[in-house]
Amino acid sequence: MTDDWLDIGALTDIPARGGRVVKTPRGCLAVFRAADDTVFALDDRCPHKGGPLSDGIVHGHNVTCPLHSLVISLETGAAANPEEGRVRTHQVRVAEGRVLLDPAALRS
Amino acid sequence: MTEKLVVIGAGMASGRALEHLFETDPGAYEVTLFNGEPRGNYNRLMLSPVLSGEKSYEEIVTHDDAWYAENRVTTRFGEAVTKIDRERKVVVSKGGETPYDKLLIATGSYPFILPLPGKDLDGVIAFRDIDDVGRMLGAAELPEAKAVVIGGGLLGLEAAAGLRLRGMEVTVLHVMGHLMERQLDPSAGYLLAKDLERRGIRVHCKAQTKAILGQNRVEGVLLEDGTVYEADIVVMAVGIRPETRLARDAGIEIERGITVDDAMRTSDPDILAIGECVEHRGMLYGLVAPLYDQAKVVARTLLADEAVFLPVELSTKLKVTGCDLFSAGDFSEGPDREEIVFRDAARGVYKRLVLKDNTIIGAVMYGDTADGSWFLSKIKAKEDIAAERDTLIFGPAYAGGAALDPMAAVAALPDEAEICGCNGVCKGKIVQAITGSGLSTLEEVRSATKASSSCGQCTGLVEQVLASTLGDGFQLPTAKPVCKCTDFTHEDVRRLIKAGELKSMPAVWQELGWKTSCGCHVCRPALNFYLLADWPDDYVDDAQSRFINERAHANIQKDGTFSVMPRMWGGVTTAAELRAIADAADKFDVPMVKVTGGQRIDLLGVKKEDLPEMWADLNAAGMVSGHAYTKGLRTVKTCVGTDFCRFGTQDSTGLGIRLEKRLWGSWTPHKVKMAVSGCPRNCAEATCKDVGIVCTDAGFNIGVGGAAGLDLKQTEVIHTARTEEEAMDVTVAFVQLYRENAKYLDRPYRWIEKVGLDWVKSLVVDDLQSRMALVARFDHSQSIYQKDPWAERVEGEKRREFEPLADLRLKAAE
Repeated sequence: MTDDWLDIGALTDIPARGGRVVKTPRGCLAVFRAADDTVFALDDRCPHKGGPLSDGIVHGHNVTCPLHSLVISLETGAAANPEEGRVRTHQVRVAEGRVLLDPAALRS
Repeated sequence: MTEKLVVIGAGMASGRALEHLFETDPGAYEVTLFNGEPRGNYNRLMLSPVLSGEKSYEEIVTHDDAWYAENRVTTRFGEAVTKIDRERKVVVSKGGETPYDKLLIATGSYPFILPLPGKDLDGVIAFRDIDDVGRMLGAAELPEAKAVVIGGGLLGLEAAAGLRLRGMEVTVLHVMGHLMERQLDPSAGYLLAKDLERRGIRVHCKAQTKAILGQNRVEGVLLEDGTVYEADIVVMAVGIRPETRLARDAGIEIERGITVDDAMRTSDPDILAIGECVEHRGMLYGLVAPLYDQAKVVARTLLADEAVFLPVELSTKLKVTGCDLFSAGDFSEGPDREEIVFRDAARGVYKRLVLKDNTIIGAVMYGDTADGSWFLSKIKAKEDIAAERDTLIFGPAYAGGAALDPMAAVAALPDEAEICGCNGVCKGKIVQAITGSGLSTLEEVRSATKASSSCGQCTGLVEQVLASTLGDGFQLPTAKPVCKCTDFTHEDVRRLIKAGELKSMPAVWQELGWKTSCGCHVCRPALNFYLLADWPDDYVDDAQSRFINERAHANIQKDGTFSVMPRMWGGVTTAAELRAIADAADKFDVPMVKVTGGQRIDLLGVKKEDLPEMWADLNAAGMVSGHAYTKGLRTVKTCVGTDFCRFGTQDSTGLGIRLEKRLWGSWTPHKVKMAVSGCPRNCAEATCKDVGIVCTDAGFNIGVGGAAGLDLKQTEVIHTARTEEEAMDVTVAFVQLYRENAKYLDRPYRWIEKVGLDWVKSLVVDDLQSRMALVARFDHSQSIYQKDPWAERVEGEKRREFEPLADLRLKAAE
């Protein structure tokens, strides 16, 4: 059962329209909770200059990087036009109020 | 030869089936109709108008005695079927056995009753049939009668509205976060709750009911959080369950409902079933449209015609007069979905379409549901809407035509709405001037009404009133909107927040017609500031609408670390404070310690998770946040003044410290920097600050609107104060006027360029009453907002912003 999803906390531990950091052996992940309670996980590094996306403002299914305001899609990890770049996304889901992360996120 | 058809249940589905049957072949069957209720078919959808008194029972009867007689239906009303004997093809009731060739089961559903303590008390009522309505009306006649409705779905809300119209005090308890969550999204749910509350119905969402209280009959309802609502009746409207007992006892196949095939046949080919008691391809249906489709199919099956029932897209309407809502299809968000949102101003209209691959898959509408069926037909047809996407949301009237007037919000404002705050001019007065005196330009309106003749910030709105009154006769100049979420400028939004008394972000989004469902990173920080500045008592600051610096109370650096800067009042510190700063720098490995231009010390390169502990150390040494990261007061720079300087004329250091203690912690449209110099040599460089005071023997020269950043600008003196008190008041009044009126991210000098220094002077200096009112409003706001954010975050829930949600670094090794 090495591939069990990892329980990383309660949904309510993440503020709605906010993000939290999850530390992993391959760097930090940003886990977001949108206004509609959809949860997303992305590498916590903006493709532009490495800004911590977990500190950004969440709007709809997007986050705005705090350093230079790139808008990143939480669904695809892609920067919105006209910017370029993409950040890696990870599978994450909510079951019975707990946020579960795909263990593949820990592997590079 | 005529066959015998027995029908169990005289509800709306079987009633419609009989109509189809008699229309097509009146002689095909000899029909016997059983009904547990002592009456025939009536329109159950109209129970709520009967409850509210808008209709009588007689008006909602679908089939009267004459109809049954005409169609030779043997009616057995008030006689419940107790058994189906499939072997002998008879049904059993208290009147004996009745044989059938074909049997139609239409037993409907029964209300689900929550298994709560007290559920069996007298006064706990479901909302299912006309007898329930009778029981509720009996209770409504009591003086000051109170009702609690459990369940904020379709049925519960209709019951609540009806009882309220009968004069009862009504409370709706709903377990979910917003009303009708299966049909509505949160925005539409907000509007619905608002409409119901306006009718005097109390709405309590997230309500976990614990028990129904009472000795012999209902007295109240207790919630998990300890809240108690008094009640003479409790209406339980939490859902329905298919009534399948007869079928189950007869050994007919059951899942959640009686399973039927596409021709509405049960597992026994001579027994058919329709309505709320059946399950078709895994689906249960409780709305009338699909049940009528089933009725059509079952009639044809009975006549040995081929017919197929297909699952259909459902739509919902609430039958509460004045609450217009519509929902259809699937309206949840998803990665492959897009949305089109339309909100119309004070009319309280909200429309949202959910699109997938250029087809509409869901629609939610509130306030104006006229186009509902048009959208529903597009959902059903899976029509490609790419070509008409731009005008789709406006409905069939605009299909392919021009878009709606984006300035509808102004057109919808009531006549009493104040457009010009300076001169107290409301919309009605402007419209009257335009139509009464035939005005057609902004200048004419200004001279006739004084609207927008002072600070000029409402110019855009006055122009919009002109445009909406004159139609094509007035060409609107184009102004820069806040962001892509709205067509309004910052100035318009500020004015409308005040005029419309909008006190929350959803209220602004709805009433001003925001084009996105919940704003973006550009508009949300601005709205958060406008709302907290205008409504300090009502608005709750939204951390998630703040830039990280103001959320984490530290300044983010290029590598994602933060800087920490304690306040040094007036630039004065002590050896003990310096020691605490040095200790913190050592303890947290601070890579750089720097003296800033604002006379304090910056600790740069601190890790986010170390912030609370470092703040706790600095708090312990008596220091608070320097707010070096906020749109708010930064520093008050000072020179040493009369204390030590041989040229000093006043206590500039003391005045600087007193100003900083008065103003710290206040939020402003942009950062505010101040300085006080003790003599005209101006060592504190006060003449390039947002507010700079230069002392002379004669008093305090107060200059405003300086800049030394992207632009370089010298302050202009607005007043020479005789006393320190007066200098403080003028400074505070100036800051408050700026807080109340400026566009978010305009420094004071930019704002003054727009409104004019004379206008500022008139309110801050010349009009003493205005000055003191501004001071009072500032002090009131400070009573709520002046608190050290560090101390708040060292302990308590706000600390979690700084901690990782989880640490999985060791997980990979496992």
